[in-house]
Amino acid sequence: MTDLYQSQRAMRNMRQAAMQRGVIAILDVGSSKIACLILRFDGPERLREQDGVGSMAGQSSFRVIGAATTRSRGVRFGEISVMNETERAIRTAVQAAQKMANVRVDHVIACFSGAEPRSYGLAGEWELQDSVVTEQDVARVLAACDVPDIGPGREVLHAQPVNFALDHRTGLGDPRGQIGNRLACDMHLLSVEADVIQNLLYCIKRCDLELAGIASSAYVSGVSSLVEDEQELGAACIDMGGGSTGISVFIKKHMIYADAVRMGGDHVTSDISKGLQVPLAVAERIKTKHGGVHATGMDDRDMIEIGADSGDWEKDRRTVSRTELIGIMRPRVEEILEEARARLDAAGFEHLPSQQIVLTGGASQIPGLDGLAARILGQRVRLGRPLRVQGLPQAVTGPAFASAVGLCLFAAHPQDEWWDFDIPAERYPARSLKRALKWFKDNW
Amino acid sequence: MQSLSATPPRRDPAPSRAAYRMQRLWLTPLFRTLMRVGLPAFGIVFLIGIYLASDARRAELAGGFESMIDAFQQRPEFMVSLLSVEGASPGLSDSIREAMALKLPLSSFDIDLGAARQRIETLDAVAKADLRVRSGGVLEVKVTERVPVIVWRSAAGLALLDHDGRRVSMIQTRQDRADLPLVAGDGADLAAAEALELLAAAKPILPRLRGLVRMGERRWDLVLDRGQRILLPTEAPVKALERAIALDQAQKLLDRDVLSIDLRIQDRPVLRLAPFALGELRRSRGIDTSESDL
Repeated sequence: MTDLYQSQRAMRNMRQAAMQRGVIAILDVGSSKIACLILRFDGPERLREQDGVGSMAGQSSFRVIGAATTRSRGVRFGEISVMNETERAIRTAVQAAQKMANVRVDHVIACFSGAEPRSYGLAGEWELQDSVVTEQDVARVLAACDVPDIGPGREVLHAQPVNFALDHRTGLGDPRGQIGNRLACDMHLLSVEADVIQNLLYCIKRCDLELAGIASSAYVSGVSSLVEDEQELGAACIDMGGGSTGISVFIKKHMIYADAVRMGGDHVTSDISKGLQVPLAVAERIKTKHGGVHATGMDDRDMIEIGADSGDWEKDRRTVSRTELIGIMRPRVEEILEEARARLDAAGFEHLPSQQIVLTGGASQIPGLDGLAARILGQRVRLGRPLRVQGLPQAVTGPAFASAVGLCLFAAHPQDEWWDFDIPAERYPARSLKRALKWFKDNW
Repeated sequence: MQSLSATPPRRDPAPSRAAYRMQRLWLTPLFRTLMRVGLPAFGIVFLIGIYLASDARRAELAGGFESMIDAFQQRPEFMVSLLSVEGASPGLSDSIREAMALKLPLSSFDIDLGAARQRIETLDAVAKADLRVRSGGVLEVKVTERVPVIVWRSAAGLALLDHDGRRVSMIQTRQDRADLPLVAGDGADLAAAEALELLAAAKPILPRLRGLVRMGERRWDLVLDRGQRILLPTEAPVKALERAIALDQAQKLLDRDVLSIDLRIQDRPVLRLAPFALGELRRSRGIDTSESDL
């Protein structure tokens, strides 16, 4: 197929190699911070045959041995805008994590939030030849899915089969070996801008690292912050990051929709900076120390020292009440949430049986956000924190690290993607040696 | 847009590419082991090799080492300045000093006590020697002398033997040690113990005994005065001798005119008479032997 299809296959092999070696790095390239975790796969399940999800949701197989975070540079809206700055930031994070782990890592799994993800639902059908579903039939039904026109300059990031149906029975997890006549499959396809991926690949390659996997941060933060029943019954995860806000919808433990709003916490900061006439660093400090979205009477009397070092006494001694600060922050947060609501509505989220919404990401730590979100997104809103994984330092257990932790789980138990299945024999070129081998393998 | 030609900020928290690669290289286990073990080991071996490459330095090193050992060994605590010989007669003591050939004072590290002991024990008169370096720088030699019990007459001359048949010393004349019994014949020294047993058994006839002769390195003859001989067998000679003595005591056998008593065949002792006695015996029996060779 495309280059990316081949490289995704190569990444899967790389991931297997990394698992064999036992050490793999997780890299979350965000707009406000770059996080690097180093995992060691040495648990009891390391060499076990992958048969469903293991004990402790598959987490007992790995342990976080190194963690480092650095302020992101050169990333805007979750996309790389200045390559060498980003490369330096990645180097900083990877070096610090390696130093903590005291081990060298060569394989890295990365995630990013931007690149305008677009979701497509694909469906395919296949008449079974001998009434028993074989691996080849699964491959054929996946190949039979009609690929939509994803547009020029776009690549497939995720392509996950979410449902198999055999005749009139639907919701099959694994159709292999079952008996029927007609196999149908639903597939969720997520496409992103190819340039963004190319930039990220280039940056990681410049750091002497091999990419062993790539994921959308909206997807992986859903994996880590939605609990099991939410994933099963249907829920949306809104990952409010610095530069963009990712939205992912899960049902039956599969992601069925993902999107991103190109707004995030950095926009709130820049609003404060503009509104209060302060530098961005000061605005960020004021936001994190005093920020909120619900003003009360007491906030009128809560005066915040803004400070500056211009030399002008009047300017340097400015104060602002917390109410004013909230007045600046609230419209932007509302705007982000309304945009997310619009995306969810467009995806038909209201038709899901359960409409749980989980807010996570660094920007979800604004006090009172759950109350505001409940007004906009509906009553079933909660703030989510990522799952606890073994060996994770306390400093990186916050909601800002939802996608990093999700990526750990993704590394341990990746969802089956389109490229993990066999290529149907017909798709091999005629007279190919591989095709002959395949024929032998299938018939004997 | 940021300035493309601008120099990077003075203090960049990010590691440079070289530093980053260095750190990754340093975290590589093989490289780490090589650097921490291999490189110092190689350096040490290399420096030692360079130092030892020249002959002069090697010789100097060896010389320095040896002189250090010498200086230690020549300390007064280890010097031996006196040799004391105990348990030896004055003549033997002198010959022991001569045999050891030590130029005292000497460090005790330079004295090979084992070799000195072997040299002393090569002396005939020494049965056993114990050497030790006593405190105070005295080399003490304790000697056990051999006691001569037999005089052995051989082609080489007269020798004194101890009870094992080992030579103790030579003497000039038999009169020097007239108190000791005499043995003769080749191989007599090897059977000295048997000779001593025979001498003990021959006590009743001791006044008449001249000596013992080893015949064919196999058996003994007792030689008495008047040219009489008692020929003893190879096996159980003492028993045969006791038998002869019993015969003598009962019948005064040896007082008669007998040349030899042959006890070599146990069942049939044979007497050999002197010619006059033989003639008289035949004459009394009426046997004329004038025509025959007998």
